Amino acid sequence: MSKSQPHSRKPNIGVLALQGDFEAHRSALERAGADAVEVRTAADLDSIDGLVIPGGESTTMLKLLEEENLFEPLRRFGERRPVFGTCAGAILLAKEVLNPRQPSLSLMDLTIERNAYGRQIDSRIAQIEMDGQPAEAVFIRAPVIRRVGAHAKVLAEYQNAPVLVEQGKHLAATFHPELSPQGHVHERFVSKVRDCTV
Amino acid sequence: MNFQTEQFRLKVGLAEMLKGGVIMDVVTADQARVAEQAGAAAVMALERVPADIRKEGGVARMSQIRVIRDIMSAVSIPVMAKVRIGHFTEARILEVLGVDYIDESEVLTPADEEHHIDKHDYKVPFVCGARNLGEALRRIAEGAAMIRTKGEAGSGNIVEAVRHIRTIVKEMKQLTVLGKEELVHEAKNLQAPLELVQYVAANGKLPVPNFSAGGIATPADAALVMQLGAEAVFVGSGIFKSSDPEKRAKAIVKAATYYRDPAKLLEASEELGEAMPGLEISKLESSELLQTRGW
Repeated sequence: MSKSQPHSRKPNIGVLALQGDFEAHRSALERAGADAVEVRTAADLDSIDGLVIPGGESTTMLKLLEEENLFEPLRRFGERRPVFGTCAGAILLAKEVLNPRQPSLSLMDLTIERNAYGRQIDSRIAQIEMDGQPAEAVFIRAPVIRRVGAHAKVLAEYQNAPVLVEQGKHLAATFHPELSPQGHVHERFVSKVRDCTV
Repeated sequence: MNFQTEQFRLKVGLAEMLKGGVIMDVVTADQARVAEQAGAAAVMALERVPADIRKEGGVARMSQIRVIRDIMSAVSIPVMAKVRIGHFTEARILEVLGVDYIDESEVLTPADEEHHIDKHDYKVPFVCGARNLGEALRRIAEGAAMIRTKGEAGSGNIVEAVRHIRTIVKEMKQLTVLGKEELVHEAKNLQAPLELVQYVAANGKLPVPNFSAGGIATPADAALVMQLGAEAVFVGSGIFKSSDPEKRAKAIVKAATYYRDPAKLLEASEELGEAMPGLEISKLESSELLQTRGW
């Protein structure tokens, strides 16, 4: 990347801060060269170029999205701008959620099953391959992607299931790149936001 | 002490996922469903809430397994359960059962007055209570992956939780301005391992998430401790001992998210019905205090 891009500015990326590990995402985004802000209201969406939906409890986030009338504003934001979801965030992005069935933003054509590896005792750090390089993936009470739509591209797999998926401007991971020192996935999202801003 | 082992990172990882959330005490599967519907980030399965333990007296132990199992199958959110301080076999039983977090808790009658559990030896993560920084760091040294203030459980009175979170935050701030040789002396005063004292001095925070518990009864209480530095809240008797648990649970969830937004806190505080009855701490006998259990 050239040092002096005349009109380049740091992308301003929001992290949905209703509940979950939004703080870890803020630091990961800043390490990847973006400005990060917490998003709790529909008005907060006006000033950001992209949005991260963090890990946490998807049921908690869903209740707050519904109670605070954020569901539709978030879906409309995702129609225009890039959204990146990890774990609970990926569950909210999917078209179809299993175990149990629950509403979602339906921004990516995925079917995802909650808590599919089991309970906390089954949480793990696994080695996966991303862009031909070995990388670690932190799975915490993680979901499993059971179906990927025709327009979605699988970027990484673990135990024969997709764990990192891209569809157009959106990105979903069933693991937590925000809890790993390597910044590849956040860098990828920041550059997607940049491409969409230009 | 190495915080970078995979096992410890996974334990702290789940605590990270609970931030900004509310962990609610429940005694039945029905209560657990109410909590989940209201937006709880996790539930704590137990036989009696602290207010009842206080009233009824007797020895308070790990819950009946059937109760915990029912709750685990009723909800999809993480389920925690309590063991007595130092009772490492109760903890082994809960680990095999598959609860997501164990609370080595002063709310139950201690099994050991000198030793807490060696929590590094477990695959399941532990949360422990603390009243000050030294106590928090001793628990972390033993392997706790989450700290919560003790407050005074079952009292419906926020004063002790405020005292404890303020103390921990103040003691952390003080370490950040000290020189290397002063930290050695502070480690001695705090009765905590030097390397943990050095970590706090360098980072201004604990190496694990820091939550608040013990006396939270209203949305305003939850927002208060979060503004003072707590990253999530535990609500024990405050919800199911109130007149309208469902509404109060929702309101406290909202307050934990919008803890810095007074207009949202007003919305959360409207038409809540009666809070649980509260106790004045100074009227309690010292033998009735739960926070002095453990060290």
